[in-house]
Amino acid sequence: MAEALLAARGLHTYYGASHILNGVDFAVGRGECIGLMGRNGMGKTTLLRSMLGLVRPRQGSVEVRGRDMTRAAPHAIARAGIAFVPEGRGIFPNLTVRENLVMAARPGVDGRREWGYERVLATFPRLGERLDNGGAQLSGGEQQMLTIGRALMTNPDLLILDEATEGLAPLIAREIWNIIRGIRASGIATVIVDKNYGAVLGLADRCVVLVKGCVVFTGTPGQLADNEEMMQRYLGV
Amino acid sequence: MDLAFFLIQLLNGLQYGLLLFLVASGLTLIFGIMGIINLAHGSFYMLGAYLAWSLASMTNSLVAAIALGVVLTVLLGIALEWLLIRHFYERDHLYQVLLTYGLILVFEEMRSVIWGDDVHGVPVPDLLAYSIPLTENLSYPVYRLVISAVCLLLALAMYLLIARTCLGMMIRAGSSNREMAQSLGINIKLVYMLIFALGVALAGFAGMINAPLSSVFPNMGGGVLIICFVVVVIGGIGSVKGAMVASLLIGLAETFGQVLVPEVAGMIVYLLMAAVLVWRPEGLFRKL
Repeated sequence: MAEALLAARGLHTYYGASHILNGVDFAVGRGECIGLMGRNGMGKTTLLRSMLGLVRPRQGSVEVRGRDMTRAAPHAIARAGIAFVPEGRGIFPNLTVRENLVMAARPGVDGRREWGYERVLATFPRLGERLDNGGAQLSGGEQQMLTIGRALMTNPDLLILDEATEGLAPLIAREIWNIIRGIRASGIATVIVDKNYGAVLGLADRCVVLVKGCVVFTGTPGQLADNEEMMQRYLGV
Repeated sequence: MDLAFFLIQLLNGLQYGLLLFLVASGLTLIFGIMGIINLAHGSFYMLGAYLAWSLASMTNSLVAAIALGVVLTVLLGIALEWLLIRHFYERDHLYQVLLTYGLILVFEEMRSVIWGDDVHGVPVPDLLAYSIPLTENLSYPVYRLVISAVCLLLALAMYLLIARTCLGMMIRAGSSNREMAQSLGINIKLVYMLIFALGVALAGFAGMINAPLSSVFPNMGGGVLIICFVVVVIGGIGSVKGAMVASLLIGLAETFGQVLVPEVAGMIVYLLMAAVLVWRPEGLFRKL
């Protein structure tokens, strides 16, 4: 792989005394789609948060496009082209839908303006009907669309989706998956954490499995699906 | 109480309330959004008054003094945030109280060293030094009306800043979910620095424009600080709208209290606070 868009090396992260990440290496290349997998409490979200600057790893490094950003502020990492759709969505309830969308809008790192207000509304027509509503008045699915739309408005090179379909009705979840597929096809790299392993395997170029803060598997979705031990023991499938 | 007298008290109450709003709005933003209990906020009010007095005697113009004073208070706010306050965001309120109480002592001592301990008066600018007659023997000073108008304009500007501008969106987003705002590329530290500097400048500006009415004296920030905390608690911590409503309530309650029931005038503000807190423990309005 050429220079990685985002790369973590030997990350050790603690929450108080508990050792959550135990020397994790992780990399995402341009346009690549990675399924980050593992059961609950294995460190997936902590790995994402460590790379985004939201928690400080005690050891190890984080690089964005080859530039060291281990101790960088979260906003600097975001401005290096990395957008985050967090678990629980992170809508601003005191901003309207329109404000949620435009508050962080900016061209990409290389000046790209592929994603603007009109395109996001064309992708998520339901948001267009609710522009003046407060963020908290939306349904779960609409909130998820808003968070993804808001992330796209920053014209990122990498979109990180943590449990994007959690708690959504199957029909809405399918809509979100279609959107994620479209984003992937547009050339934006993605990291997907989701309990729907089938959908992740169908979408990812590469899968990474975390167990107790260590990477135990890296390979293609095909290799992972064929690895029965991995699927049963570590993913419970 | 005849109509003219009532009108004068009403205008005085509103003017006092609007002035309180300038100080309290910064206090509520700094407390509600940045999570900093800033006991030194009254010192910025005092500093403003002393700046107005000393700069006005140098330049012979209150307007020039205020313009210069605002620039100085903004710079002071930026410097304080950068040197001290930003290291206390993650800390317990107790540390913030200790820090900002220490700042009060430092500011009072500096005031004593630089300007001395005397009481000073600041003349009302000639252009505004007249009164509008209401009846044969009652009249109302124009300067107070001008102050009220300026406060109202600033309140409107603040409303527009928070509700309509990009910075306002960032402030509101940061107040509801700081981490998410950062992850969208918003430099929350810079936003906090601006909020703090704005709060310092507003408190200082209040001291400056009120200097011709209140005179300028040591420890004048203490009383204002306490009343402004009452305003913040009544209005709801972090709510600028609440600060406006509570400031006017308190301004009117205190002004009319002193005239109608002078025996208990000192208690009225606190009785009002107790009553509001029984009715709405969170204050009148929610955060931004």
